Amino acid sequence: MSGVSFEAVSKRFDDVTAVDAFTLEIVDGEFMVLLGPSGCGKSTALRMIAGLETISDGVLRIGDQVVNDVEAKNRDIAMVFQSYALYPHMTVTQNIEFPLKARKFSIDGGPPRKLTAAERRERVTGAIETLGLQELTKRKPGALSGGQRQRVALARSIVRRPEVFLMDEPLSNLDAKLRAQTRLDLVNLHRELATTFVYVTHDQVEAMTMADRMAVMSDGRLQQVGTPQEVYERPANLFVARFIGSPPMNTIIGEVAESGVIACGSSRIPFQGALDAGRQVVVGIRPEHLHVGDGSLEATVQGVEWLGHERHIIVDIAGSRAIVRQETDEGAAPDLGSVIALRTEAEHVHVFHAETAERLN
Amino acid sequence: MSDVPAAPPRKEAVPPGSGRPAFLRPAALRESGLFLLFLAPAITIFAVFFFVPLARLVHFATYQQNRTGTAERYRGWGQVGDVLTGDEFREGLSHTVSYVLYTVPPGLILGVMLAVAANRRLKGIKAFQAIFSSTLATSVAVASVIFFVLLNPQIGYFRVDWLSDPDMALFGVSLSSIWQNLGLTFIIVLAGLQAVPDELMESATIDGAGPVRRFFRITLPLLSPTLLFLVVVLTVFAFQAFAQIDILTSGGPAGSTETLVFKIFQRQQPIDLAEGSAMALGLFGITLLVTMVQFAILDRRVHYS
Repeated sequence: MSGVSFEAVSKRFDDVTAVDAFTLEIVDGEFMVLLGPSGCGKSTALRMIAGLETISDGVLRIGDQVVNDVEAKNRDIAMVFQSYALYPHMTVTQNIEFPLKARKFSIDGGPPRKLTAAERRERVTGAIETLGLQELTKRKPGALSGGQRQRVALARSIVRRPEVFLMDEPLSNLDAKLRAQTRLDLVNLHRELATTFVYVTHDQVEAMTMADRMAVMSDGRLQQVGTPQEVYERPANLFVARFIGSPPMNTIIGEVAESGVIACGSSRIPFQGALDAGRQVVVGIRPEHLHVGDGSLEATVQGVEWLGHERHIIVDIAGSRAIVRQETDEGAAPDLGSVIALRTEAEHVHVFHAETAERLN
Repeated sequence: MSDVPAAPPRKEAVPPGSGRPAFLRPAALRESGLFLLFLAPAITIFAVFFFVPLARLVHFATYQQNRTGTAERYRGWGQVGDVLTGDEFREGLSHTVSYVLYTVPPGLILGVMLAVAANRRLKGIKAFQAIFSSTLATSVAVASVIFFVLLNPQIGYFRVDWLSDPDMALFGVSLSSIWQNLGLTFIIVLAGLQAVPDELMESATIDGAGPVRRFFRITLPLLSPTLLFLVVVLTVFAFQAFAQIDILTSGGPAGSTETLVFKIFQRQQPIDLAEGSAMALGLFGITLLVTMVQFAILDRRVHYS
């Protein structure tokens, strides 16, 4: 077991900077999710840990060892690919055994040596049992379903007992139901193995449900690191605020009117924190923190979406579009075109710098 | 639901002409007429260039003609048997087999090595890929002349006397075939290599496999369908080799490069239709057999994903 640490690591491809001065400390045994839209550099960061991409700048450590110049095959990591990358000409058993045959292992602190056939068999059997693949051992990947392939890929990664597990969007080829199930399985597997997991995804639900901590990335830069709750409740900037949460956070342009109040057109929004009056800001309020009736926000109803247990009321607040989330049993939906009053609490109002988009409160 | 009246027994619709077997009913006949129409070009080509010549070959091989071809006498399959067990056929076959062994394995290994070397993302690699595949665009005659010069003992690059040495002549001729087929082997192996997903190689690297293990455990097995195809094609090429032998050695020295095809060719001057045709039948049978055996043996060891 080891942690992974990035110190100002950059990756440049010709004139494109894929990862820019990335600094992140992944603690030993942690389930860290790298989250971001496609092209944000999260996969490149993961591939640098794996040794599949060279490092242009900065220092990367696995445990205490600087691995900038350590070849991929000599790093003690295992990786699950989005495509699973199973060897099509080998059976399930042979696939799982491959890493055991390819490298040397140091048993009980002894010098590295090849495993004996019996040791290999024991480990392979263990991995097969952990992932429930007993019935499939003699099949080749072509004869497996997506979910089964995914489990074989996991088995092949755990059989090595590596210091760090890397996973590159391993659930994106599964259907929705299987994905939900596999999320739970992965969390359990992480608990069982108690090893560092670094998991790349663009799906915030995967990040929120599985991560101990998550690192949100955009444009090759780290935007925020924290537990899912921290990131959701106190987004560090507008990008994180809008990226995390579904439906996304509403953002309204306004001006600080007096201590603790922001004016957006005729609406007045309370907030916590001290900011100079007259300052231009962007206010962020999550849809579930806007409530219909008896408040200081004035909104024009533009549409209503009914989702069964809740409805989304699409409104216009001072020229910005916003969504209000309302439980279906909280009363009838407002009429289209009507002007309604909305209420929110100061502790749920996020204030961002109008230019830098950084959090101000 | 008992009050629902039972449906009257339905009369099966009887199509006209249904007393006849299915394939003779008008609709089927119309369709098979259409099939034949579509197949006609292929059937014609096969008939003109394959079936008719094959029938003529069998005819020539089982009859004995006089020198002018004006009279012939039936000799039966015994005549074919005599030729196929004769020294000439055996010698030709032995040269052909040697030729296959000299050209196919080295050509395949060289082609794979070139393709592996050229299968990387480097600036200007396309130029090398074009150069390596360029032999595909040369004719047998050009390749032969190039090697005739290269191997010339006086003015050649190698300054060796292989083509006039009975022990080395066939090998010398093989060099030109290996070189000429390299372009084809290179292109097909390169295409096979590029079909192997990068992620498999990356995964094998992370699993701890070095370049050698990756090549023998991952690349080569995934390449096996491609290699099977090439073994079959190159073997057939070698069986059919003629022009390079005619140009470089004309079968000599001392008949040491007379392959089966060359011996068949020699039966025209002076003409011996019966022996030549019998040898051609023998070559046809052997080529067919070798190809079938190759598919049968290699198929079991080939991984189709």
